[in-house]
Amino acid sequence: MSNRIFFEFAKRSVRLHWLRSSLAVIGIVIGVAAIASMGMLGNSLVLSVSDSLSDVGDSIVIYPHGGISQGPGSVVKNDKITERQVKDIKSASGGNAVIPLYSTADEIKVGGEDGIATVYGLDTEDMPVVLNLADGQWLKSSSGAMAGSRLAEEYELKPGSRIKLGDNNLRIVGILEERGMGFDINPDNAVIVTDKFYSSTYDQDDYDQVIVKVTDINDIESVMDAIDKKMNKRDDVIDAFDTKAILETILDTFGKISMFTTAIGGISLLVAGVSIFNVQMMSVTERIKEIGIIRSIGTQKNEVLRMFIYESLILGFFGATLGALFSFVGGYLAILIMLQETSYLFEPSTLIYIPFGMAFGIATSLISGLYPAWKASNLNPIEALRHE
Amino acid sequence: MTESMPVISLKNVCKTYSLPFGDVNALKNVSLDIMPGDFVAIMGPSGSGKSTMLNLVGSLDVPTSGSLFIDGIDIKKLTDDELTNLRRDTIGFIFQQFNLIPLLNVRENVEYPYILKYRHKDNEGRCEELLHRVDLTDNMIHHKPNELSGGQQQRVAIARALVNNPKILLCDEPTGNLDSKTGQQVMELLSELNSHGMTVIMVTHDQNIAEYARRQIILMDGEIV
Ligand SMILES: Nc1ncnc2c1ncn2[C@@H]1O[C@H](COP(=O)(O)OP(=O)(O)O)[C@@H](O)[C@H]1O
Ligand SMILES: [Mg+2]
Repeated sequence: MSNRIFFEFAKRSVRLHWLRSSLAVIGIVIGVAAIASMGMLGNSLVLSVSDSLSDVGDSIVIYPHGGISQGPGSVVKNDKITERQVKDIKSASGGNAVIPLYSTADEIKVGGEDGIATVYGLDTEDMPVVLNLADGQWLKSSSGAMAGSRLAEEYELKPGSRIKLGDNNLRIVGILEERGMGFDINPDNAVIVTDKFYSSTYDQDDYDQVIVKVTDINDIESVMDAIDKKMNKRDDVIDAFDTKAILETILDTFGKISMFTTAIGGISLLVAGVSIFNVQMMSVTERIKEIGIIRSIGTQKNEVLRMFIYESLILGFFGATLGALFSFVGGYLAILIMLQETSYLFEPSTLIYIPFGMAFGIATSLISGLYPAWKASNLNPIEALRHE
Repeated sequence: MTESMPVISLKNVCKTYSLPFGDVNALKNVSLDIMPGDFVAIMGPSGSGKSTMLNLVGSLDVPTSGSLFIDGIDIKKLTDDELTNLRRDTIGFIFQQFNLIPLLNVRENVEYPYILKYRHKDNEGRCEELLHRVDLTDNMIHHKPNELSGGQQQRVAIARALVNNPKILLCDEPTGNLDSKTGQQVMELLSELNSHGMTVIMVTHDQNIAEYARRQIILMDGEIV
């Protein structure tokens, strides 16, 4: 293998000028690390958002003003939404589905086990609009209930199982599909009952929450404006959230951070490219005589070209490898801090950003090294030999 | 290739350098045959065209007009890569400045043209054999060129020039940077190589050195006199 000898030349030349080589490498390291870790973070964020949010933004969630339920289980409510207000919301929402619901938490007993579960009460007609059935049947009568997927798993519930909710015995008729965290409702750990059952059991007529499902996602802002205008005339009566906007805010914020960091990565790659170009030009200029020597004793142009390309590739490869290591560590920390969870880091679609970033770094050094290498290979051997 | 055929043949060779202020005719209608096994000294004052001629004969450059045959090959018909391979396989170069490769050690310098030609390392001990032949000891082979004396460097250069069994050895002022005693030793080495059949062409302006050659050619203003 004659390539070995040209690679050896490149290696020795880099080693001889280790200081300036290292300086050129630093730019590549920063560039690759910034680009790869941002890609990894972005992908993890997208994965986590799309994993945990099943309905990606076609709902408006309405709570009574000042009373937001803080996720499943915790109930901090001052006020309710009345039947009259629901009617107003309906009239403001055009033809879109308006689903009022009750929610609380109650004790649940299955066989010997007991615990606390979220309870949602809603119209049987509305259930298929916001929920998905995995097993059994939709709820038709007040004597039954449906169970969320995680609850069913925990208590080994099947259609036909019996549970005790508060003081009432209920038969499970259906199990829901797993849904993940939502901005509207979180049924995975909940018992679903009819609105009739709920209001008689908990002696409550007014609703805790209203969901508006928008058929055309482009209408979401105008529907929200209409509801807001209608409901919050003098005082704020309700708070309306649009899940699309929440999502967009998250992704938009991330997008800005990511753009900023990727820009830093891009700029440092550009700077790295320039410094590799410089280092390689220096290497060529210092070695004009040597190039003349090897050309005169039978080294072809393309072999000289290879020698110098290897040199910039060595710089690029070193920088890219170090950058990859840093991006892995940096990406790990960033994901840990932002998502409190690192499992998305190990997804292939996340890890792919490491070779992707490396390819950018290596390509940068290759491109920067092309002209110096070309110049070296096209030196006139006689003039190069005469050079002192 | 029969023995009676010249290994180098120049016919009406001209070499003109184009410069902004006019052309320089470095060689004018030079015709010359050099037979295998010959030992030729090219002499002449500075600027007379000695190096230009050696560069042509070494296929580092091509004539502006006229024909040049090296080892029977018309070099006008060769591409840059073919000229390069001709230098690698047929010609050995020895320079006044020694011109060893500073990144490589002594053995690697000798091995380098071998790897270029055969595409693999020398596993047959050819480099060691040549280094012994030019009187270099084994403990020197891992030294870098700059750790050697001028005479030692020139011996390494000779070993390197011989590694691919060239037909022609071209020497441009081979003793120019050596003291007279070391210079004599190098000349004795070249004579010995010539006595074993190597064609040697040497540029020198030193009459004592030129005495080692069998034939002296004198250039004046780009013409043989
Ligand atoms: N590359 C070149 N470009 C222009 N002129 C050159 C070049 N090389 C040599 N010459 C000119 O050609 C003539 C012969 O030069 P050269 O062969 O180097 O002579 P010598 O080796 O006998 O001193 C000189 O006038 C020199 O200036
Ligand atoms: Mg000269």
